[in-house]
Amino acid sequence: MPTAIEEIVLPKLSNDEIARYSRHLILPEVGMEGQQKLKAAKVLCVGTGGLGAPLAMYLAAAGVGTIGLVDFDTVDASNLQRQIIHSTATVGKLKVDSAEIMLKGLNPYLNVVKHNTMLTSANAMEILKDYDVIADGTDNFQTRYLVNDACVLLNKPNAYGSIFRFEGQASVFGTKEGPCYRCLYPEPPPPGLVPSCAEGGVLGILPGLVGVIQATETIKLILGIGEPLIGRLLLVDALGMSFRTLKLRKNPECPVCGPNPTVTELIDYDQFCGIAPPSQVGPLEVARDKAVGDHPIVDGIPQITVEELKRKLDAKEDIFVLDVREPHEYSIANLGAPQIPVGDVERRVGELTAQKNREVIVHCRSGARSQKAALVLKQAGFTNVSNLAGGILAWADRIDPSMPKY
Amino acid sequence: MNIHIPTPLRTYTGGLETVNISGTTVNAVFQQLTVKYPELKQHLFTPEGKLRSFVNVYLNDDDIRYLESQQETTVKDTDELTIIPSIAGGANL
Repeated sequence: MPTAIEEIVLPKLSNDEIARYSRHLILPEVGMEGQQKLKAAKVLCVGTGGLGAPLAMYLAAAGVGTIGLVDFDTVDASNLQRQIIHSTATVGKLKVDSAEIMLKGLNPYLNVVKHNTMLTSANAMEILKDYDVIADGTDNFQTRYLVNDACVLLNKPNAYGSIFRFEGQASVFGTKEGPCYRCLYPEPPPPGLVPSCAEGGVLGILPGLVGVIQATETIKLILGIGEPLIGRLLLVDALGMSFRTLKLRKNPECPVCGPNPTVTELIDYDQFCGIAPPSQVGPLEVARDKAVGDHPIVDGIPQITVEELKRKLDAKEDIFVLDVREPHEYSIANLGAPQIPVGDVERRVGELTAQKNREVIVHCRSGARSQKAALVLKQAGFTNVSNLAGGILAWADRIDPSMPKY
Repeated sequence: MNIHIPTPLRTYTGGLETVNISGTTVNAVFQQLTVKYPELKQHLFTPEGKLRSFVNVYLNDDDIRYLESQQETTVKDTDELTIIPSIAGGANL
């Protein structure tokens, strides 16, 4: 099959490189020429998190010449449960800087290009255009669609991988002959309808498994060997340890990759996914369930601080606190409040009829899910609903430092 | 026939990954599925009863959108249906 690398003059390998890649060189399917193709290749890893970590590391190990990293985030201790490219020593560093340390430590011949930014419609075409293969390891729908569309428009193969709790998907989109992400999913789920990753957590090893599958596909594309997952969707079920492949077809009416495309340039993906655009004050990233910023009123819901909640509780004010996290979170840390998980609030709102005109304060872990739940209550006719800004994490930060943060 | 339920929807089937439902067509099987597990309905179908666009259904290895009779396709007891919702990956609390 055709390789992703144009037939250019392939770079030479030094004696040191030959020694390093000997196990590749003695494989007939790779050989000197294959290793040179790897050295000539430029791969962009969108996201240096769960998926991006193993992906970038194995590409570096394999001898890919240039690896671009796109990530605006900094390393947090909770990342280290799965993002093995980072380390305790780099907590607090920019992820692209942290990743570079590990990648260069593994392979000093590697050229690392850092894009410390969020990928947006304004910059995606410019960033992606110089790479040969794009590996999408992001964690939100907007960026998935953005990367997909940009890859189709730029004719770059997209080694796609995604995960949720114990399951993963992998495929290769963005090739001329194959389907794109939109052929599989023409529309994103409306926010809040499908239980989100934010409520789910993830088994740390899972992105490791899927990320290396993405790296495998990337290397196959570069070398032009094997059967890449073009037109196939690999489903990984880690708990059952089962792997299934489903046929993916190119949608003849696909608005991006079809013969009559209606999407010929990048669009507003936040709007497409039904997400409110990022506020000036809040963090750059607009994941579906990101906590709201420090605004006193957001979408008509007053935001109350943990200090104020404490004051009200101490003064024994007549308030009703509702915890909308998942049951298993209660045992980690709780405020003693009754629980209705955010996904069930609409269905179980009848249980709260007695609170309809009381002051209701909704809380979750960080303030994002509780905002959603507060909106549901407001729509159900509750007259005095507030959202605890910062959630139980802010409480642990500022009111009760003995409370664990998670 | 067996229906494979994706992780995000297993809370509505009591945690079951595979459920066994009878029916002669894909539509009939879905009808029965939502009768047995009513909470699945709003996640799989719009209020008008159409399959949600971010949910893909495979009959064995084929996407039902591309089968000639789509959801009216007749099914055997030995066939398998798999429901695949879109997932975006990454723990992002």
